[in-house]
Amino acid sequence: MAGSESIPLTSEQDVVFARQTVRRVARQMDFSIVDQTKIVTAASELARNALVYGGGGVLEWETIGENGREGLRLTVSDKGPGIEDLTLAMKDGWTSGKGLGLGLPGAKRLVNDFAITSTPGRGTTVIVTKWK
Amino acid sequence: MEDTQFRAHAILKKYGAGILADWTADLAEGLKNDRRISESELGNQTREFLLLLEAATSGEGGVESAGWATVREFLDGISRSRAQQGFTADETATLIFSFKKPLFEYLRKEFGKDPQVLADETWKATDLIDRLGLHTVKSFQAARESIINRQQEELLELSTPVVKLWDGVLALPMIGTLDSARTQVVMETLLQRIVDTGSEIAIIDITGVPTVDTLTAQHLLKTVTAIRMMGADCIISGIRPQIAQTIVHLGIDLQGVTTKATLADALGLALKRSGLVVSKKV
Amino acid sequence: MERIPILRMGRFLLVTIQIEMDDQIALALQDDLTLQIQKTSARGVLIDISAVETVDSFIGRMIGNISAMSLILDARTVVVGMQPAVAITLVELGLTLPGVRTALNVERGMALLAVLDEQFEVASGGE
Repeated sequence: MAGSESIPLTSEQDVVFARQTVRRVARQMDFSIVDQTKIVTAASELARNALVYGGGGVLEWETIGENGREGLRLTVSDKGPGIEDLTLAMKDGWTSGKGLGLGLPGAKRLVNDFAITSTPGRGTTVIVTKWK
Repeated sequence: MEDTQFRAHAILKKYGAGILADWTADLAEGLKNDRRISESELGNQTREFLLLLEAATSGEGGVESAGWATVREFLDGISRSRAQQGFTADETATLIFSFKKPLFEYLRKEFGKDPQVLADETWKATDLIDRLGLHTVKSFQAARESIINRQQEELLELSTPVVKLWDGVLALPMIGTLDSARTQVVMETLLQRIVDTGSEIAIIDITGVPTVDTLTAQHLLKTVTAIRMMGADCIISGIRPQIAQTIVHLGIDLQGVTTKATLADALGLALKRSGLVVSKKV
Repeated sequence: MERIPILRMGRFLLVTIQIEMDDQIALALQDDLTLQIQKTSARGVLIDISAVETVDSFIGRMIGNISAMSLILDARTVVVGMQPAVAITLVELGLTLPGVRTALNVERGMALLAVLDEQFEVASGGE
């Protein structure tokens, strides 16, 4: 299974569609049910962030191969206000009030590779990868 | 090398039948009472080896080259089946090394009148057979390792079954060290069984676990949390004194998980929580 | 727009989530549920998520909201049928749905609601 696709995120329905697409791709790639659920949940979190905080964005998925192993890479980007303090954003704290409540540290735990870049005023891009 | 190939090839072509007969006879003698392999099977293997050897020696290149790929694959196949049948490494390699005797006999027959040539050819033949023999040993060892790995996995599966102790009470006796990957798989199985059986109490018994490190403890706790989130509860039993110490030293917070020293105590508690009472018939 | 159906089972309400939820559907559910609780004087709400394969923070918040709103309207909430993969993922996410009670299936969920209802009645001196 190989491929890639770009999904616009301009509405709630788009977030749902993106989530369903990632589920379909992960299933086709034969990820375990638990791994499927993890990557799909991460996709949902990031996509919703792009929509709600980033004013809309794009989710790109692509299958990748490296050193004989297969992986699914998601790139979620928006051209929104960006994140001023990335360290704070990566701090845990759903209920404690710490962190920014963007669910980024949580999403990071669901995937294998996690990278985030953000420029205040220009936008945010998050790239995550789940390996089989 | 070209020289040898040419001569070896010629020898094999000319005396193939004789070499095969002598070789098979020698081997049969050695394996007389061995039930692991039949005469006809052995005959097939020796015949095929000879054919492949004849073809390979007609080309250029040494034992590691492309032209010898079929011979190497054949030897790999022999190694695998011998390994599975329970032969030892030297028993398997003997198959190849024993080829020297008949081959040298016929080399002597052909070049007996010319000692120098005989010496050269014998040396080249020895070198060739040795390399093939070593390849066989190498691939035998690889085959043994993969068999052992597979057996370990099967043992692992057997050693962490999820058992139903009573209606609504499941137990997971864990044995051996808990490595990350294995723990995750086992925990997922436990969660699925909880859902499938509708059991509200799961007892994770770690009597058979020698050590617990931070990562293992975290996995254990995550599993307990997941079980509670699904609407069931968990009891951890079989915590030995050393493990209790490790848990405290590592600063692990058990978050109110009920712990019991033995599986029996845990079962007692589970039955009580289920509203059951065990009484003796008078 | 699809609306999630709410079934009445005695003094409890049963909500089975079988479609993908977006914010519109979630809001509609909260509206419908609070209305139904009031109309039927329901004592409890059962949310069946056995068909839900993905629970993210949005759904988590929705469940938390429903639980809180229902309580204000004098009804307890129990979530049932959480799939193992979902439970594992939520734990990893760090989303533990505090204050939300769970049960393995509808049957046990009902039993739990009944117990909670009794306790509440006893605690508040009966009605």
